[in-house]
Amino acid sequence: MKRLGAWAFFTFAVPVVLIIAWTIASETSDTIYFPSPIAILAVFPDTWFSGAISGDIFPSLSRLAAGFGLALIAGVGVGTLVGMLKPLRLLLEPIFELFRAVPPPVLVPIIMLVAGIGDGMKIAVIAFGCVWPILINTVAGVRGIDEVQLDTAASYRFSGRLRFVSVILPAATPQIVAGARQSLAIGIIMMVISEMFAATNGLGFNIIQFQRLFLIPEMWSGIILLGLLGVGLNAVFKIIENRLLTWHVGLHAAEK
Amino acid sequence: MAGYPVSRPFTLGLSADHRAAPLIYGVTGLLLLATVLQVLPTVGVLDSRYFPPLTEILTSLSSQLSSADFWSALGSTVSGWLLGLTIAVIIGGVGGILIASFRILDRLLSSTVEFLRPIPSVALVPVAALLFGTSMEATLLLVVFASTWQVLVQVIYGVRDVDKVALETARTYRLGTVRTIRSVMLPSLMPYLIIGVRLAAAVALILQITGELIIGTPGLGRLISVAQSSAAVPTMYALVLVSAFLGVLINSGMRMAEGKVLFWHASIRGDQK
Repeated sequence: MKRLGAWAFFTFAVPVVLIIAWTIASETSDTIYFPSPIAILAVFPDTWFSGAISGDIFPSLSRLAAGFGLALIAGVGVGTLVGMLKPLRLLLEPIFELFRAVPPPVLVPIIMLVAGIGDGMKIAVIAFGCVWPILINTVAGVRGIDEVQLDTAASYRFSGRLRFVSVILPAATPQIVAGARQSLAIGIIMMVISEMFAATNGLGFNIIQFQRLFLIPEMWSGIILLGLLGVGLNAVFKIIENRLLTWHVGLHAAEK
Repeated sequence: MAGYPVSRPFTLGLSADHRAAPLIYGVTGLLLLATVLQVLPTVGVLDSRYFPPLTEILTSLSSQLSSADFWSALGSTVSGWLLGLTIAVIIGGVGGILIASFRILDRLLSSTVEFLRPIPSVALVPVAALLFGTSMEATLLLVVFASTWQVLVQVIYGVRDVDKVALETARTYRLGTVRTIRSVMLPSLMPYLIIGVRLAAAVALILQITGELIIGTPGLGRLISVAQSSAAVPTMYALVLVSAFLGVLINSGMRMAEGKVLFWHASIRGDQK
């Protein structure tokens, strides 16, 4: 009980102090840019829970899921192929590095040119931004596979599919997951940017709209919602990662 | 090393393998890409309104290179990036050392850090725009917010990784605070700090360009959005190419710096098989 109390104290002390300080600071001053948390909380339900979930949050998240999913499939697929064939890898690695070095936001105007400003553009932007870390990490992961494992699979005459599913994929998973974690952060950025740049719905669009209309508490509620989404998606990723890599962590702990 | 007149192929630091084969393949690959980018729009497989042939992009690039606007934009981007990164390294470095050194700070702040860190920094775009308009501070805020976490987290790991026995040994020999930090803490902290700086450098560039593109602070990003709204497609591609080169330069520069600073570290030595 005492330990629980200590944990609660250390976990919540600073956030509570910060929120109280923010409240006092903004209630006692006349700045309009930093409304107090009470004012933000007051507009939060009306701003986001009446229709906005289906109208804004859902479209944003489903575009993120589609783009990220596409990047995952393409990255792992192409990455495995390239990782297995050395000449192909040597040929393509500099190209991948070049594409990876492009700061993903500059893709928004280019992809807009081709795909307009619809959902397709946003999904393409997210996928294009996300694919490189996954692709490059998959190549590295596949390259690092133990030769003996591959030879064993070959002597047992594993079919291509079986080899992919039971030898290559598991061995490369830790690296792929590391790449996917980077990609998720990029994906969230791209989701928001593509909506800020040109959209008719979505979180990013709304936040910018609130800013332009000077609806400051509403704008802050959007920022906080975006923050919560970031934290939530990260937590979901961690859960999936733990599931996927339990065997890996266990193995490494055993080797130590 | 001494006495061998080895000429090292120029690999941009992209590959750990310094022999010639990867270079030849790599250049071939890039040339193939260039050819594809030239041929497909010319023969009409790709719509040349949206995908101008490479020669057109390069022509527009060369006209950019002789314009003062371009150079001042590039200057703004690079200096904003560098300033943001420097601030982030200082805040992250000092904060990380403090948090990792004092257990009470660590326990008090970890929940706040864990909550703030995953917040997508682009969420702050409207706040930055409100506070600073289209001046460079708006983008600086985004860059610093995004890249500080990268450094902070790595530095915390790094300080925790300092060998306890080495620290106690230093204490037994009465090395003093300064020498303890310099000869015991810094060596084990360094690899982590460098990784943090490398990650921060990449993130900082992304946010720098984002701020310019969306808020409209001066820089390459704004030139890109101007080119887009005036439908100057080849210029847009030329500017994107420049930002890609900037990215490659930063990535490879960071990796080179890593090799220089950490030449003694196993992860670097292991590469030079």
